[in-house]
Amino acid sequence: MTKNSRLINLGFQLAALVLAILFTTLILLAVGAPPLEAYKNIISGSVGSFKKFTDVLVSWVPLLLTSTGLLITFSAGLWNIGVEGQITLGAIATTWMLRLLQDSGLPPALIIVLSILGGMVGGALWASLTGVLKTFGGVNEIFGGLGLNFVATAFTLWLIFGPWKRPGVGSMSGTEPFDEALWLPMFPELRLSPWALVIALAAIVIVYLMLQGTYFGLRLKAVGKNFKAAYLLGIPTWQYMMISFMLCGALAGAAGAIQVTAVYHRLIPSISSGYGYLGLLVAMLVNYQAIWAVPVALFFAGLNIGSIQLPIVLKLDSSLSGVLQGMLVLFVLMVEGARQQFMRRS
Amino acid sequence: MQVELRGIHKYFGPNHANDNISLDIPSGTIQGILGENGAGKSTLMKILSGFMQADGGEILLDGKPVIIKSPADAIKHGVGMLHQDPLDFPPMRLLDNFLLGLPGGFFPNRKEAIQDFNLLIREFGFSLDPESYVDSLTVGERQQLEIIRLLFLGARVLILDEPTTGISAAQKEKLFATLKKFPEQAITVIFVSHKLEDVEKLCDQVAVLRQGKLVGEAKSPFSTKNLVEMMFGKEIILGARQTEGQEGSVLTLSDMGIEDVRLKIRGANLKVCRGEVIGLAGLEGSGQGPFLRACAGLLRTVAGRIQVNGQDLTGKSYHIFKKNGVEFLPAARLEEALVPGLTLTEHFVLAEKQNGVFIDHEKGRNMADERIKSFNIKGLPSSQVESLSGGNQQRALLSLLRDPLALVLIEHPTRGLDIESVIYIWRKLKERCRKGAAIIFISSDLEEILQYSDRVLVFFSGKVSQPLDAATITIEQLGQLIGGKNWPEQEA
Repeated sequence: MTKNSRLINLGFQLAALVLAILFTTLILLAVGAPPLEAYKNIISGSVGSFKKFTDVLVSWVPLLLTSTGLLITFSAGLWNIGVEGQITLGAIATTWMLRLLQDSGLPPALIIVLSILGGMVGGALWASLTGVLKTFGGVNEIFGGLGLNFVATAFTLWLIFGPWKRPGVGSMSGTEPFDEALWLPMFPELRLSPWALVIALAAIVIVYLMLQGTYFGLRLKAVGKNFKAAYLLGIPTWQYMMISFMLCGALAGAAGAIQVTAVYHRLIPSISSGYGYLGLLVAMLVNYQAIWAVPVALFFAGLNIGSIQLPIVLKLDSSLSGVLQGMLVLFVLMVEGARQQFMRRS
Repeated sequence: MQVELRGIHKYFGPNHANDNISLDIPSGTIQGILGENGAGKSTLMKILSGFMQADGGEILLDGKPVIIKSPADAIKHGVGMLHQDPLDFPPMRLLDNFLLGLPGGFFPNRKEAIQDFNLLIREFGFSLDPESYVDSLTVGERQQLEIIRLLFLGARVLILDEPTTGISAAQKEKLFATLKKFPEQAITVIFVSHKLEDVEKLCDQVAVLRQGKLVGEAKSPFSTKNLVEMMFGKEIILGARQTEGQEGSVLTLSDMGIEDVRLKIRGANLKVCRGEVIGLAGLEGSGQGPFLRACAGLLRTVAGRIQVNGQDLTGKSYHIFKKNGVEFLPAARLEEALVPGLTLTEHFVLAEKQNGVFIDHEKGRNMADERIKSFNIKGLPSSQVESLSGGNQQRALLSLLRDPLALVLIEHPTRGLDIESVIYIWRKLKERCRKGAAIIFISSDLEEILQYSDRVLVFFSGKVSQPLDAATITIEQLGQLIGGKNWPEQEA
């Protein structure tokens, strides 16, 4: 790629960002809210203080883990919409391990490690269901995954109000919180766990190396870009698809495990917090370039946390961050199409 | 209705699909259009029926120049086309299909339509139930439905595209009997086919297209020899042939049977020696495609056995065939063989044996440099395959072949390539033969078949000929077999 075309690319990306902000501004004007005030609140709400920034990081960890997993399925050409359910099942499996082991007398550190591993297995198994449905049942992974997301939500509710309900009566606030000894250790005075950060960063580095430098990564890309040719080149295609589902499920499961061990310390109904769908947006935006998932996920997490105070200050709904994120993806995809046409013509 | 085409031109990019075609079809004639696949028949008919517009030239109906913008426009002018795969709606009733495309109000008058429908089928002696569903019909019955629908819509010119493919002999008789009645009513029939026999039996006059040009016209009765010459060209000068056949068989097919939606192949027998080249001739869709894929394990056979190097691989997958030294190179290079978005280097790395977990990028680049040089590929190691020209993609594909190999199966090895690439590719393939690999290839280019094969198999609607010696068979004999003539009775 020449220097010139790189500059053009950057120009198009910036144009997408500007368009997304403009469009969101129009929406704000339409509902009669002051746009500048709203943006200022989002910025001060996310990076206004050190404490707030660490809150962004708390949200960044599960989002980055999910996006990292999705980079694998994206490389294999799969739309793993079921990632939301895979986070949930990871959280359920972790909760189950914690409940099982909390009175076992094992050292708490070991219990936490086992629970997180359990969460990863849970996510992977749930993802393999989508894979089996696709490979052997001919069900497109989008439909299979979406269906299983609903099952996962229902399963969570059943556990919270049924077998795992709090002593007395079950409530939407979730299961009984775990003992503090079973929490993933935090920085003092903060909600942020250094271990969670380490896990997320390790995941993205490993996946980056895997996709860039290994035979496995290259074959996965071949399967994703041309299924038939990959088969003729001797790659066992459906096995590779299955493995990519399970790896993504394991990382999503890790995100769910961290939600339980480091953030909520119990199972709550909306434990996946929409990180699955948001992760899909991140993965689409970075377009196979794994390393970009780090800043993009951070930006999205910032928007999420920053918009929390909008309802309090401006009486706006906090879903504004979702509008901005969605617009950004739409405009980036649109601008990418325009860029390709531009390149073809010139 | 009288149809005149004057100087029709149509380009697809650099490809001149119709080159100055002029044709005069008097009212009430059955006009045959003959030609190989890709000769420009379908393009011409699509222009006449409004599916596409010509880049030059004009169309006259009954002497009046018309501009046909769409299929609906065509039918308004009285031109209707019956497609090879009938354009109907299988989950709907016959009557609903019949009503579709009918101009008129929001609520169709079903009662009246049923009366019209029954009148028409009585006239032609069809037996169709307007209340039954289309998906319960045979292909022949669906054609009948389309014919009466087009006539009801007012078609005075009926175009039929390969109508005898996929219907039974009895249905063909009936179709021909129906078509022969049309001239009395001044309805003009245009019959597009590559089957000599059908054209000879049915048509009053025939026009032959080759490579986008009108190369000749003839009136009934026809001389088969003459038609074959026009279709395939008569002057073919072959270069010196060389054979690399050696002792020892690589592939043995015994009584192999294949079935696909359109045709059945039964009892195919073949023994291929090391270094031998077998050409598969026949018009597209005659069974050579499934045959080649079956030899690669890409298509499950329904009967018989396949042995590669003495090993029975019947029913095994392509990956097992590949382990035994079989490689398949499809015609659709970018769709099936190469991975768009990956570079040449990445392709070489993928095709090689895995060495550890991490890819040695340095080694990959060196390997790419070396292959690019030895196969004379115009591209860089970092070029993505879709940026290469067709000829260079094919060279890249050949350079991916492992060594040693037992058998290479190739669909259209040189289709769409310039002459320099053709010669180069066959030189590389013959080098493989010298090393003991056998080649089986499909080609619609008879010259290529005769020039490079040792033996030839001809396919016609699922029938497979005995292996023919390429050194002694003539292009005319081959052309007749391809067109379905001179087949021994017992093979039918």
